[in-house]
Amino acid sequence: MTTSAVAPPARPGEPLVRLEHVVKDFPVKSGSLFAKSRERVHAVADVSLDVRRGDTLALVGESGCGKSTLARCLMRLHDLTGGRVLFDGHDISTSTQGELRPFRRRMQMVFQDPYGSLNPRRRVGSIIGDPFEIHGLRHGADRVKRVQELMELVGLNPEHYNRFPGDFSGGQRQRVGIARAIALRPDFIVCDEPVSALDVSIRAQILNLLDGLQDELGLTYLFISHDLSVVRHVSDRVAVMYLGKVVELAPVRDLFGHARHPYTRALLSAMPAPDPDRADTREEILLAGDPPSPLDPPAGCGFHPRCPRAQARCATEVPALAPCPGDAAEHLAACHFPVADGEAPAAAGSARQEAL
Amino acid sequence: MTTTAAQATVRSRGPWELAFERLRRDRAAIAAAATLLAVGLVAAIAPAIATAVRHGPAQQFLDVGLSPSGIPLAPNTTFLLGTDSLGRDVLVRIAYGTRVSLLVGLLASALAVLIGTLVGIVAGWYGGFVDRVLSRTMDVFLALPFLVFALALVAVVGPSLTISVTVIAFFCWASVGRIVRAETLSIREHEYVQAARTLGASPARIMFVEILPNVAPSVIVYTTLLIPGAIVSEATLSFLGLSVVPPTPSWGNMLADAMAYYKVAWWFVFFPGAALVITTVAFNVLGDSVRDALDPRRDQAVPATDEEVS
Repeated sequence: MTTSAVAPPARPGEPLVRLEHVVKDFPVKSGSLFAKSRERVHAVADVSLDVRRGDTLALVGESGCGKSTLARCLMRLHDLTGGRVLFDGHDISTSTQGELRPFRRRMQMVFQDPYGSLNPRRRVGSIIGDPFEIHGLRHGADRVKRVQELMELVGLNPEHYNRFPGDFSGGQRQRVGIARAIALRPDFIVCDEPVSALDVSIRAQILNLLDGLQDELGLTYLFISHDLSVVRHVSDRVAVMYLGKVVELAPVRDLFGHARHPYTRALLSAMPAPDPDRADTREEILLAGDPPSPLDPPAGCGFHPRCPRAQARCATEVPALAPCPGDAAEHLAACHFPVADGEAPAAAGSARQEAL
Repeated sequence: MTTTAAQATVRSRGPWELAFERLRRDRAAIAAAATLLAVGLVAAIAPAIATAVRHGPAQQFLDVGLSPSGIPLAPNTTFLLGTDSLGRDVLVRIAYGTRVSLLVGLLASALAVLIGTLVGIVAGWYGGFVDRVLSRTMDVFLALPFLVFALALVAVVGPSLTISVTVIAFFCWASVGRIVRAETLSIREHEYVQAARTLGASPARIMFVEILPNVAPSVIVYTTLLIPGAIVSEATLSFLGLSVVPPTPSWGNMLADAMAYYKVAWWFVFFPGAALVITTVAFNVLGDSVRDALDPRRDQAVPATDEEVS
């Protein structure tokens, strides 16, 4: 394999992918033949994010918060309801699938389910060769050679070229998926929960592989996960999503050290402690109830029905994603009453209520 | 599992090869396949049979083939399976009838599968308006009464083999289409289809490279069950005089001729009927075995999300 010589000219810090006010609604399917459905699921509600070149932006949140939908909008697997997606300065949010083809070579995706993401009836060599086939690149022996190089690069035995996905373990299958994603030397890869379906023992291997490839090929990642311990390990910046919105966006160190949003605090407190002896020193914040239905999101801040700090204002006014007082411009949170350092989120709420 | 075998050889056996392997170990499948092979052989060598017994398929032996009172002859050394009401050799006629039955059964099924698969995949993949139009069309085809339609069509264009094939395919494709559409709907949600889209694959490529191989097992199973249905339909049509034109023999028109003689000439009814039953049962048994062999849940580790509608 070659080195990072082919990586795009390094202009770190500059956004490679930019999401501007992305909105995605899904009509709720009605069973009847003629009934038109009026209800809509607001999966992604006005999300703006930058993914910087060479960076890893992590997208975290619980199931159903819209993080995968956002990624699929970005990849244009879904059409957007509103907003724009810019890839390297080009607006791709309204491009046809044909117009997207050149971009498809530069943006790729690694999927969550290593069993579902490989066609069980095709040989892995042919699966990894798909990107070349689809884009009419490299033929015959040249392609086979390139596919085997890719297999080697991701840690697979090139002799397994003619095997079927069913012959591989979950971790190996994920390596096949990664080989397919990097085949065309993309600039940008969406990793949609790439390790959450894998055994804990293999997760580190796959994360290290992704990390190594990032250095070697100069990749930019959007890393989707609900596992904060994984996110801490891989990301440069973290965006926390709740009910289709980004509620906090911060460099990884700030997020884990000085989370401002009560929801982020709750997520962090739910992280398993690496050292059980120290576990009881942390306060666990248990959120009451389930996330509200995205069919009918609450007015104001989406988190207010479950928030220990919620005030009257939270139910009416949508908080803007902005730096909290005293924080770096990098660290944004969407909360009217952000949690200060060292403050217990729940107690602060009641204290403030008295002050009002 | 095949782990040891797969590790010994670089080229592992795929799902198809494994299915074939299972089929080979299935005794019922082997018996059914042998029977069908024999039936196929009879169809292939029908002219040779005719030459060997020196009786043409439409040749009437009004003198030696009928008793003095005009009754068909029972099986004997000259006419191995007896004669029919016109003194024709039942054996030779059955052999030639096999050709008609297999030809119509296979051709009509192939046509139905081709159209049904195409329509089903397109409806399932595109969804929305395309799906609604195609699905309603399939509903209409499934609602049409087969015999009434066949009678009407033959009344207009006259009976022929082509018409039989057309009519049978015309009434079978919609059920194939429905099955393929349902399978496509479940397969299109798989991540490998999404992966193909992120790579920029065209809809045609997704439908035929990603989806088709995965609907193929169901289609194959359904085809093996469709063929006997088509053969019976052909027999029904010829029984009613709506298929091949006499004196060309077919199992259906032989049965129709035999109706009046079943009390005096059991062989005249029995042998064409037996041919029909043996052939259709063999196809059905083979179909069942093929379904068992292709069942992905039997051998492969498939997660719950991979549930296929079959």
